[in-house]
Formats: sequence, C-alpha cells, structure tokens
Amino acid sequence: MTREEGGYFHSVRLDLDKCKGCTNCIKRCPVEAIRVREGKAQIMQERCIDCGECVRVCPNHAKYVVTDGLERLQDFRYRVALPAPAFYGQFRPDVPPGGVLAALLKAGFDGVFEVAVAAEAVTLAIRAYLERGMPRTARPLISSACPAVIRLMQVRFPSLLGHIIPVETPMEIAARLAKEEKAREWGVTPREIGAFFVAPCAAKVTAAKQPEGSPVSSVDGVLSMSAMYAEVLRRLPDVDLSAELHRSSGMGIGWGSAGGEGRAVGTGTVLAVDGIHNVVTVLEEVERGTLADVDFIEAQACVGGCIGGPLAVQNPFISRVRMRRLVEEYGGRAPGAGEAEVRRRFRQGFFDMVRPIAPRPVLRLDEDVTRAIRKMDRLEKTLARLPGLDCGACGSPTCRALAEDIVREKAFETDCIFQLREHLEELAERMVQLTRIVPPALSRERAPGGGGSGDPERRD
Amino acid sequence: MAEELVLEFEVGGLDFAAVGEASGGVKRALQQVGMGASVVRRAAVCAFEVETNIVIHATRGVVRARISPERVVVEAEDEGPGIRDLELAMREGYSTAPAYIREMGFGAGMGFANMRRCSDSMEVSSEVGKGTRVRLVIEVGKP
Repeated sequence: MTREEGGYFHSVRLDLDKCKGCTNCIKRCPVEAIRVREGKAQIMQERCIDCGECVRVCPNHAKYVVTDGLERLQDFRYRVALPAPAFYGQFRPDVPPGGVLAALLKAGFDGVFEVAVAAEAVTLAIRAYLERGMPRTARPLISSACPAVIRLMQVRFPSLLGHIIPVETPMEIAARLAKEEKAREWGVTPREIGAFFVAPCAAKVTAAKQPEGSPVSSVDGVLSMSAMYAEVLRRLPDVDLSAELHRSSGMGIGWGSAGGEGRAVGTGTVLAVDGIHNVVTVLEEVERGTLADVDFIEAQACVGGCIGGPLAVQNPFISRVRMRRLVEEYGGRAPGAGEAEVRRRFRQGFFDMVRPIAPRPVLRLDEDVTRAIRKMDRLEKTLARLPGLDCGACGSPTCRALAEDIVREKAFETDCIFQLREHLEELAERMVQLTRIVPPALSRERAPGGGGSGDPERRD
Repeated sequence: MAEELVLEFEVGGLDFAAVGEASGGVKRALQQVGMGASVVRRAAVCAFEVETNIVIHATRGVVRARISPERVVVEAEDEGPGIRDLELAMREGYSTAPAYIREMGFGAGMGFANMRRCSDSMEVSSEVGKGTRVRLVIEVGKP
C-alpha cells in the first residue's frame, strides 16, 4: 500500500453534502485539525491523526471512515480475514468466537487468523522486551498498539516518542503470521495471499495504508467492522457455532477492550487510559516527569478501547460485559501463540519496528525560530483582543486557535463576531458623524437637525 | 533587534485546579515557536515546578517565560512565606509541604532538584515573610 499522492493518507473523510457547518467537530478534535469555512468543515490534512473523534460527534454523519470494500478480495487468489479482538464482543453471548470465524469463512475468505492470537504473541514479545531492562530515561514505556495515540504523540508530544515500545502492533503481526501460516498450509506463496483486517477504527486503516514503524504494511486491505458485522450476522444461521476455529485465549481477546493489554502484559505498575482527551492529560503528566513510578502505559484513543471504536456496532458498555465474559471463559487456556517460538522470533527481530517514529511538528508557526517568536508575539496580542468565549462561531475551535489562524494568515480578526460588532459600532458612529458634516456648498439652514433631505417637496 | 517573547501567567496559592496552566501554556508556546523537543520538555518541567511551588507554598505569584531563539528563561516571583534555609530547601527530598499536600502527590521535595536537572542555570533568592524569586535558564544550543 502506498501513500496518497503528495501527502498524508487519511481515512477520516468529510461528506460535503451532509456537512451543515455546525461546530461540533471542531470543538472535539484533540489536535485542532478542523475549521469551518464557507459553511463547511475542513480537515487540515497535515494535522489530522485519524482518531475518529469527529466521526463520533458529527450529528449529521458527515464524517466517515474510508475502508476497503469486499470487492478488494478479488485482487487476491487467496484471502485471509484478520478479525480484531473487539469483533467478538459485537455479537450476542450465544455466538462464540468460533462461530464468528466460521461465518467469516462463508463471507468469502479462504482462511481466518485471529488478531487476538497475534496480540498474545505481541504480549509475550513486550514481556521479552521489558525483561531486557528498559533505559531509565524512557520510563514509563508507552504501548504502540493504538495508532491514533502514536499519531497524537507525533503531533503534540514529540518529546515522548522515545517512550514508545518498539514492538509492532497485533494487526501487523497478525498479517505477517497469517501469511506465513497459510502459505505453508495451502502450499502457495505469501504474495498470493491477501490479508484483510476487520477494523474497529479509522486509525487502523491509516496504519495499514501508511504505517509508522515499518515502511510497508503486510495488511493488504482494511474492512470496516460494522460492514463485516452485517456479513457475519447474515451467515450465522448457516454455520456450525461449535466450529473449532478459535485458538486465542483470554490474554489476546482482552486486548479488545480498555485495560486488557495492560493486564496481559502484567508486569510492573501499569496505567491504562482510554479516551483521546484523557490520553492527552496523562501524556502531559508523563512529559512533566510526574509518572516515574509507572512502568507501562496502555493508552487507547477510544473510550472503552477498541470496542468503543467508531466502526464498532455494539454499544461499548454492553460489549465490555461480553468481552469480560469471553476473557473469563478462555482465560484458563494456553495462548494460541507459543511462548518459546515468540521468544525465538523476538530475538531475531520479527516483532521490531524497523524505523523510529518521527515527530510531525505541524503546530509550529514558522520554520524559522526568530520569525516564529515574532508570530507568537502577534498571536498573544491578537488573543488579548478576542473575547475568550471560545464560541466557535468564527469556525475555529477556540479564540486561541483563531488567533493562530490569523497569524498564519488563514483568518481575519473580523471573523470573530464580537470583533465585527465592535467594528460595526465604530463604523455606525462614524457614519452618524459623517451625516452631520455639511458640505460648504450647501446653505447653513440645512445644517444638522434641519431635516436636510434634498427633496424640495418635502415639508416637515 | 533582540527577539524576545514574554509570556506571563498569574498563579494563585492553593489553586490546585489550575496547576499545569502556566507550564502547559509555556509548553504550547515553545512547541509552536518550533523549539526542539528537549528544550520544550526541560522548560515545561521548570515551569511546572515553579508553578506548583507557588500553588503549594505562596499566597500568589507569577510565572514568566522569556523566549528567544538562544534561550528560554523561566522566572517565578511570589508573595508568600519565603524560604528560611535555602540550602536545606535545595536538598533532594526535603520539603516543608504539609501532610495534606503530600497526600495529593505534591511536595515530594523534588522541585528544586528537578529545576536544577532541567536548567542550565538556576538562581533562587528569597526573603522570609515576603516571597521568593526563581530564575531558570535553558540554553537552546545545549542538549
């Protein structure tokens, strides 16, 4: 998969016809990447982290996530589905994971590989990484699993990028393992196999199309969990619910909801945080150095974790109960991923991110520090003149953001309705004053208050 | 002309709800100005420590950041009890913060140690019964 021409690939898109230009989305964006201009929202491509927060809050459903359609399956000779652990939590309690996998097979796949199994392998790899002894400077370590959190850090917390555990995500590992396993099983080459991730969110789509830790993703297509939910539901009546297709244990399934990853890794002091705005406040603490007593942070952009993803169907609180029951039910069984094998491959670098995650300093006002300082000065002065109501009527999320847009020459001070009113008031006063000025060519009787209209017929 | 941007934040004593506003503001400004990650982080820690010191110990004060391409200076001035024994206050782990503040996770006696660790130069002056002034310099060129 390649980057979109000339820039950053984004999975979060806007349907202009549906957008009413309300300001719900601009207010919730954690990186202030949306503005309303000419009655429509605009996503600032360079800033967006594809967290999907705007998809969730848009009352008009104008924000959507681009995923691949099932027709993409035709591009491959063999296809394997990679369902996210959260997918299991979408179904009724009487539908076991094995049944879900069996239904996926009927939906056009030749094989399935549970991302939960890959999550187990990643858990064991993270444990192996932690056992190596972590550099003291990079404490607490931060999970790499949520791509929206990684992108948030690139934009807002570049100084923390060194804290990210350089172990690939379960999605990526699942694609690699699935291709290996199925190629062997079916006696074909891995290239002939298309790996399709069933995704709970937009950020995972972006991560597959434009990966951060590796130059190319092994994921060939990303299907929406809500679309696949419908496909599976339709086929459930015809499948054997007791099909022995399910290998993952509670350790891997648990990754699908908040806290599960931390519980699985299970060493040292673990802090689990979910919801992108909560993640921001925790990362701020990390930056201040106040969380030195924490070893490992599991941070997820969606409330509830992946079950709260914008492409999930089920209410996250209901699916949390379901997920918890699955974790209990399968918690006793041995992980589908073998520990000795994982350790061997970990040493070989199979789980490593091969390149460092680079900052995206999109918030800076200017390339040149001196010029940027001058702009910052102007920003502060402009901000002081704005009312501080953060009403959003100007199309920018806050008065500070408007001041920033003005300094960046993307907005005007009069975009603020209060500033405009003041200007109008001044203008009105000036107009009144102007009406009182009598041109020298006119007679003095027609001076102010004399009803000086030019109409000779008129008598007051 | 010397380019210097001065940001000023008022900080109230015992205003724990507002902790992080000054340091957050300094951090955001430095990021927007395009300072390197290490400078941003060190200055943010410095600002956070002087800010919490005011909240914990003083009645009120001000945190100032002077930003230029060469250096970031974090200053704090407060009205409060002042520091009786500066040498003792600098000692790691020493704190005069009362128990109820320690219970909230503040006042661990690491403030000055963190400031020293994160700045290239530190000046502290204090007058008992009047207040305290802190000046921390972070050189941009240094790692």
